[in-house]
Amino acid sequence: MLKDITIGQYFPGDTPIHRMDPRTKILNVIFYIIALFSCGGIVGYALVLAYLIAAVRISRIKLKTILKGVKPLIIIIIFTALLNMFYTPGNELIHFWRLTITDAGLKNAVLMVARIIMLITGTFLLTYTTSPITLTDGLELLLNPLKKLHAPVHELAMMMSIALRFIPTLIEETDKIMSAQKARGADFETGNLIQKAKALIPILVPLFVSAFRRADELATAMECRCYTGGEGRTRLNPLHWQSLDTIGLICGIVLLIGVIVLRQFGL
Amino acid sequence: MNPIIETKELTHIYSRGTPFERVALDSVNFSVNPGEFMGIIGHTGSGKSTLIQHLNGLLKPTGGQVLFDGTDIWSDKHFTRQVRFKVGLVFQYPEYQLFEETVFKDISFGPKNMKLSEEEIRRRVYEAAAFVELPDSVMELSPFELSGGQKRRVAIAGVIAMEPDVLILDEPTAGLDPKGREQILSNIRAYQEARGATVIMVSHSMEEIADSVERLVVIHDAHIAMDGTPREIFAHASELESMGLSVPQVTNVFLRLREMGLDVDTSVYTTEQAKAALLALKGGRPGC
Repeated sequence: MLKDITIGQYFPGDTPIHRMDPRTKILNVIFYIIALFSCGGIVGYALVLAYLIAAVRISRIKLKTILKGVKPLIIIIIFTALLNMFYTPGNELIHFWRLTITDAGLKNAVLMVARIIMLITGTFLLTYTTSPITLTDGLELLLNPLKKLHAPVHELAMMMSIALRFIPTLIEETDKIMSAQKARGADFETGNLIQKAKALIPILVPLFVSAFRRADELATAMECRCYTGGEGRTRLNPLHWQSLDTIGLICGIVLLIGVIVLRQFGL
Repeated sequence: MNPIIETKELTHIYSRGTPFERVALDSVNFSVNPGEFMGIIGHTGSGKSTLIQHLNGLLKPTGGQVLFDGTDIWSDKHFTRQVRFKVGLVFQYPEYQLFEETVFKDISFGPKNMKLSEEEIRRRVYEAAAFVELPDSVMELSPFELSGGQKRRVAIAGVIAMEPDVLILDEPTAGLDPKGREQILSNIRAYQEARGATVIMVSHSMEEIADSVERLVVIHDAHIAMDGTPREIFAHASELESMGLSVPQVTNVFLRLREMGLDVDTSVYTTEQAKAALLALKGGRPGC
């Protein structure tokens, strides 16, 4: 069912990674992504992979959960692999019809797949171990300097946390409406594409109506509590920088420097 | 008499294999007889919503069976769909599923899915509307223009129009004013009497349950804790309280009277019975 979607889901836990400041985790993910894309060779990839495996192990997120998150993107991964395999020039290995597989193509395909999976897993690790609220808090604090340029950082963060907050609610609501319409004999599975699209109307109309109603109610509730934006607003749970965060940040920087140095040697 | 719906060792576990795994129903055995008016009570999260969603095949059991008229409802795909029409389920706040342009079209959604003829759909829609006392003048209005109580009745009519043998309602009166509540309850009774249908009603209001049902099932912690007539169930006031439930207010008054030393029958649970019991105590003399 819809509830099984894991993208952006948070798995509560009490590991060093869960306890880390969201700012550390966001910065670490950024360093990790830059490192991943600056890899010059196999050794570089191995280093990034080792870093990822260590992080996953520490976070105690099950391998099954991670694979479930990768699953929806399998088509994109296969597509990328095939394109790389057939369209990279190099020494010919196999040739049939108009397609040629080259050694460089094969190597490229494997590395590209590894890169995509590592990219997804790394970013998922952030959302798996950080609750949406702390995540947006961290993002807001990281972007704070932009306020000098009159960027609406607080408003953006608030919009993001509201959006994230309502994803589970809307999923639950969709589930409920689907069940209710199924109870009246609605059929979402059979029929051609047009029939299937038409079958969505009994779900989408009530869903939109209720989303607007919720938005209205939320706006009223916020006004009742005198919400006026970010100016002078304090936090219930202020973020604290701990030694754990310093260690985490150093690890991320070391990884990035390591990969760049390896790249200089062509590894 | 063969039960119309029966569950055998029905078990349901949500989010199996994740940190959010939760047992909502644990080996539940119960049966509903044709023509019965049954009530289900239970604390929030006790598993009653999960149970009723199994009775018309919306949820698939993770263990055990659900039988309709003696046949497993999951035995064949076609039968599962048929059961959805025979067991009508009205969800909590059903007015949030209205979607059509007019009241008529919305009520006809169910019958249309049954692939009935135009006239048959028309007949059913108008009959269903009559059961819930909707005037003909609203049939061509948008359901979104109606009042809360009217919307609720349109949604219930949408299920009644399928003419189900079993009508299940999850808190049909939640959030309505006293007049709206009474109207919906009497509409449900009217449908039961006219069609000889079986009705299962989930409710949090003990008064409502006490006034309507012939049989009461108490669900607690994914199990059936009690099953009997309202009189039998409401005799266990302290046990109900330990489950986060209560007895009707009238029963509470009589329990208190007993504590104060009056020799009254504490098994009363409706105001009618209370009146009779008090008159009996006064030696049958009406007036003060």
